[in-house]
Amino acid sequence: MKATRAFVAALAVLASGAAFAAEAPPGASSCSGCHATNPNAGTTVPPLNGRSAGDIADAMNEYKAGKRPGTIMDRLAKGFSEEEIKAIAAWYAAQK
Amino acid sequence: MRTSRRQFLKAASAAALVPAPALAQGAGPKVVVIGGGFAGASAARFVKKYDPRVNVTLIEANRTFTACPFSNGILAGLRDLGAQQFRYDRVAADGVVLAYGTADEVDTQARTVSVANGPKLPYDRLVMAPGVDLRFDALPGYDARAADIMPHAWKAGEQTLLLRQQVESMEDGGTVFIVAPANPFRCPPGPYERASLIAYYLKTKKPKSKVVILDAKDTFSKQRLFQNAWKELYPDHLEWISLSQGGKVNAVKPGEMTLATDFSDHKAAVANVIPPQRAGVIAQKAGVADRSGWCPVDPVTFESKQVPNVHVIGDAAIMGGMPKSAFSANAQAKVCAAAITALLRGEKPVEPRLINTCYSLVAPDYGITVAGVYKPANGVLADIQGAGGVSPIEAPRSQRELEAQFADGWFKTITGEVFG
Repeated sequence: MKATRAFVAALAVLASGAAFAAEAPPGASSCSGCHATNPNAGTTVPPLNGRSAGDIADAMNEYKAGKRPGTIMDRLAKGFSEEEIKAIAAWYAAQK
Repeated sequence: MRTSRRQFLKAASAAALVPAPALAQGAGPKVVVIGGGFAGASAARFVKKYDPRVNVTLIEANRTFTACPFSNGILAGLRDLGAQQFRYDRVAADGVVLAYGTADEVDTQARTVSVANGPKLPYDRLVMAPGVDLRFDALPGYDARAADIMPHAWKAGEQTLLLRQQVESMEDGGTVFIVAPANPFRCPPGPYERASLIAYYLKTKKPKSKVVILDAKDTFSKQRLFQNAWKELYPDHLEWISLSQGGKVNAVKPGEMTLATDFSDHKAAVANVIPPQRAGVIAQKAGVADRSGWCPVDPVTFESKQVPNVHVIGDAAIMGGMPKSAFSANAQAKVCAAAITALLRGEKPVEPRLINTCYSLVAPDYGITVAGVYKPANGVLADIQGAGGVSPIEAPRSQRELEAQFADGWFKTITGEVFG
């Protein structure tokens, strides 16, 4: 539901000629502190931009459920609801 | 006087809305940011990114920024200062106007900021990210001059190099003391990472020496992880003396190189004194700091609870559960930028979620972390229960190596986002 809203908002911005950039859903703007948006950042932390929303959401849900080994993401994923994860995943999937 | 000035400014800004040859910055709303650290430089860039119509000016005293995270590596000879330094060229390339100078007065009625020997800048929204001021009035004997003998090295740069030089030239067999302050202060795990990396250096290069932490606290960030690692790596080279063991330093004598506690005077070969702190002085002047010395803010917009149209982010602000870290500062900046651009459009800011992640190195290949997820609750940012926490207490060494690698990646990523 929220993901749909974010998607519609993103479309509206595109349609209006992008007077301002679509803002990230709650929580998403923090991710780029570790997951570089610049592919040449020189980090071994995988990028999120342009990955499929399904893959991102699956990974988050597995971290949250303790089914995927991690260093930090297993601790962070527990702070987000399924809806929030969906919205964050959709937003990163839409970034180039 | 103030009213007429304000009316004048109103008239002036109304005039600016009349189609006319654009001023240097155009006619959009004005956001001024004070302080070009992880918080301020991020806020300036993201306001511009989220709404390019906004005229953004970043006031910063230095043309080169020296980052604190990872600067403990310099003390152990693992890193050069140059690896910590960044310039504002890419920030300016995004359309942010750089005003190099010290912000020395904020008129919150007229909504202007004065830059020393520079312009008076009007704002619709002001972001204050002044970081911390080291208090040279809080620990008897420790003033700005004492810091030339007993460096704090709590703002990276010359002080870091001075402490490095002292540790490097110390004769083997000496004791390096680190005086750790009570909460709150910038970078809660910082003194313990510092002790670890200095111990690493001593163990390798000066094995008869050691590092002793004199602490004004009984507990600290990532405590069990640090203590377990110290037992394993530095049993003969690192000692922590807590508050209840008499670790609180009440006075220092730089001339004699002594640190006085309730129980004894410790004679130091090298003394690193990290004094108590408060929000940067401009926050006190602008009236956004409360009696604690720090700045209470709304947890959705980070607007000051004391002064309207002024937002405070980063180390200077009281952020509830969120620690004073570079990651927090950058995360807060992005949320603040989104809130400000929403407010300037007349929209209601969205309730945010924020993350903090903080890496510490106990050795070059031994990393540990604390992480948290936060949301607004009861007027502050509160930890989301069940999320976050520290690295596992029991973990194979490969996990610590992986976290050390990710620490390095984190530094590159965040400095890339803020300055690159």
